[in-house]
Amino acid sequence: MIALTAPLALFDPLRHAVGDDLFYWAVSPAIKILVLVFLGILPVITYLVLAERKILGFIQARVGPNRVGPWGLLQPIADVMKLLVKEDTLPIQAVKWAFILAPCLVVAPALIIFAVIPMGPRAAGGKLAWYVTDVNTGVLVVLALATIGVYGLIIGGWSSNNKFSLMGGLRSAAQMISYEVPQGLALVGPLMLAGTLSLVGIVEAQAKAGWWYLFPQLVAFFIYLVAGVAESNRNPFDLPEAESELVAGFHTEYSGMRFALFFLGEYANMIVISAVATTVFLGGWLPPFPHLLPFLHVVPGIIWFFLKVVVFLFAYIWFRGTFPRYRFDQLMDLGWKWMIPLALLNIFATGLIKLLLAHHP
Amino acid sequence: MSQPIVDPRTLPDDDRLFAPEEEMELNFGPQHPSTHGVLRLKLKVDGERILDCYPIIGYLHRGTEKLFELHPFFQNVPHTDRMDYVAAATNNLAYVGAVEKLVGLVVPPRARYIRTILAELQRISSHLLWLATHAIDIGAMTPFFYCFRERELILDLFEQYCGARLTLNCMRPGGLPHDLPVGWTDRCRTFCEAFPPRVDEYEGLLTDNRIWKKRTVGIGVLAPEVAIDYGITGPMLRGSGIDWDLRKVAPYEAYGEVEFDVPLGKNGDTYDRYLVRMEEMRQANRIVLQCLEKLPEGPVMAKRPRVLKSAKESEVYHGIEGPKGEIGFYIVGDGTPQPYRCHVRAPSFINLQVVPEMSKGALIADLVAIVGTTDIVLGEVDR
Repeated sequence: MIALTAPLALFDPLRHAVGDDLFYWAVSPAIKILVLVFLGILPVITYLVLAERKILGFIQARVGPNRVGPWGLLQPIADVMKLLVKEDTLPIQAVKWAFILAPCLVVAPALIIFAVIPMGPRAAGGKLAWYVTDVNTGVLVVLALATIGVYGLIIGGWSSNNKFSLMGGLRSAAQMISYEVPQGLALVGPLMLAGTLSLVGIVEAQAKAGWWYLFPQLVAFFIYLVAGVAESNRNPFDLPEAESELVAGFHTEYSGMRFALFFLGEYANMIVISAVATTVFLGGWLPPFPHLLPFLHVVPGIIWFFLKVVVFLFAYIWFRGTFPRYRFDQLMDLGWKWMIPLALLNIFATGLIKLLLAHHP
Repeated sequence: MSQPIVDPRTLPDDDRLFAPEEEMELNFGPQHPSTHGVLRLKLKVDGERILDCYPIIGYLHRGTEKLFELHPFFQNVPHTDRMDYVAAATNNLAYVGAVEKLVGLVVPPRARYIRTILAELQRISSHLLWLATHAIDIGAMTPFFYCFRERELILDLFEQYCGARLTLNCMRPGGLPHDLPVGWTDRCRTFCEAFPPRVDEYEGLLTDNRIWKKRTVGIGVLAPEVAIDYGITGPMLRGSGIDWDLRKVAPYEAYGEVEFDVPLGKNGDTYDRYLVRMEEMRQANRIVLQCLEKLPEGPVMAKRPRVLKSAKESEVYHGIEGPKGEIGFYIVGDGTPQPYRCHVRAPSFINLQVVPEMSKGALIADLVAIVGTTDIVLGEVDR
């Protein structure tokens, strides 16, 4: 922990210059956001794409990218360069302002969510922490911001003035609204156990309880996982862009950097959902079995956090390599007829057990 | 669990997503990832439900049947390669069979066996390509690569035999252009022994997969009577439970001398057709192994005149069981070295006609599965 926080000492002169209050209130969050987005999220996303291609290659008995740099390690950089310099076409029939607005609506909320995700604990005794901010309604912020993303898909699909895009937009609207419900309900169980909506608070509650909420909330965990895959429009729920049915769905007409923003948004959403699952169900930055294996505390919390997120991301890619695609109506069936009742049942059971334990300690 | 197929026009207005005047017309193709080439389907849709479907063809029309009339009989074989371009060997076989009947040539036994081997390898490779694209249409990406891995091996075998991988031109009226190269039978046997476990691998990915079943069981049901009315042949017909395989009914080449089963479906849906084709791959593999076992010695070309000439006012039809159905050639001769007229009974063309029937009332996602299960090649549809 100390080794990783040491670079923060570099900012000491700045802290002295502006004064402690201003530094902790404004300067340090700004630095964190810059570092988080440009040194954290964006590189992780670009290399996530490479990892996906490599892992899919492994699953599908082929090599994957291996031409740009050793083992294809520079491939993401080449891809980003290509997307940046590609022509950015704007269809004549498109509704201009909406067409331009849509990709921003997808990518911005996905990046903002990272502000409330705790990637590590508050540094021992210090005022600095491994998160930008700790909102006391953190879970609600995550759910609310994730909801905004769907507008990007609908507006993008509608404004392209293409029938396939429109269908993709409609599908994504129906799908994301249906799956936000079980996703939110799945989070209620752990919230009841933790007694707080703050994501930092949830991790601390898990530390205090001595176990991850994965174990008492196994049902909620699986509902969250499935709803999360559907929410981020990934296989087997990638209906909005189902390339064999709708050509490319809502982003059929997009090219160049605007397409890249949709792409970025999708991967950012994957990471967000993995990070929230890690925080709520897998104990965030906590090492596994803290009481049984105390020596694991040597590894800094952010590493644990990162490893847990990677497990989820691997599962995403694994699903993509394994499953066919659901049909639109079957997807709705699954969401409304199975997952929502199951999530409600889980809340009821959690409440009942909590009540019984309270009365008979 | 499956969606009952209903014609939405018969539904009361309340059950429809949009008012009748808000029906959308959608051009599905000719440039669309899953129309397998340049098929264009003009759809009338109510939301995602298909009210009407008109296939529009002709984007790959090259006038092949006219070209047949311009060349001598033996020069026409390459044209057949380019019709069903993923199953060139069976096209060759149907054409040379028709010419042999017309001119009256008797093919030596070794050539008959080698032709059978080539045709069955071609059936496997065609079915592999079908499975690959069908699976990727339904969203399963991985079988695509597995199928292409095995298809490469078959194409390698073809390359070692005739130098070409896709447009084979590997048969001649009266026999074969040349004998098998040294060691070919061993390489072919190695492939055939390694292949059945690979089919199990594909089946492991798909057959019991819940999503795969949800997407295929009860989708695109083809009733046996409808199939007969439309003249459907091949795995499409057998998927509906009708036992009709020209290899059994009217054996040609070496099929009368080998043992194999004809798999049949029960419900005539996309899933049954999938199972039929998977089993056909295994049976084709079995036929190849038997032919390799029994392969007789001898010449591979009949004694024939340098220039083949048909009798005046002669006509002949010869059909064989291709991977997609009955592929047949109807040739009229007028005493010259060229055919007077050559008509092709293309299974893809005839099977395609039933797509509107199967897709009415289905969803757009089902249409993709239905087009996939029909297994069409536009080169053959348009000719």
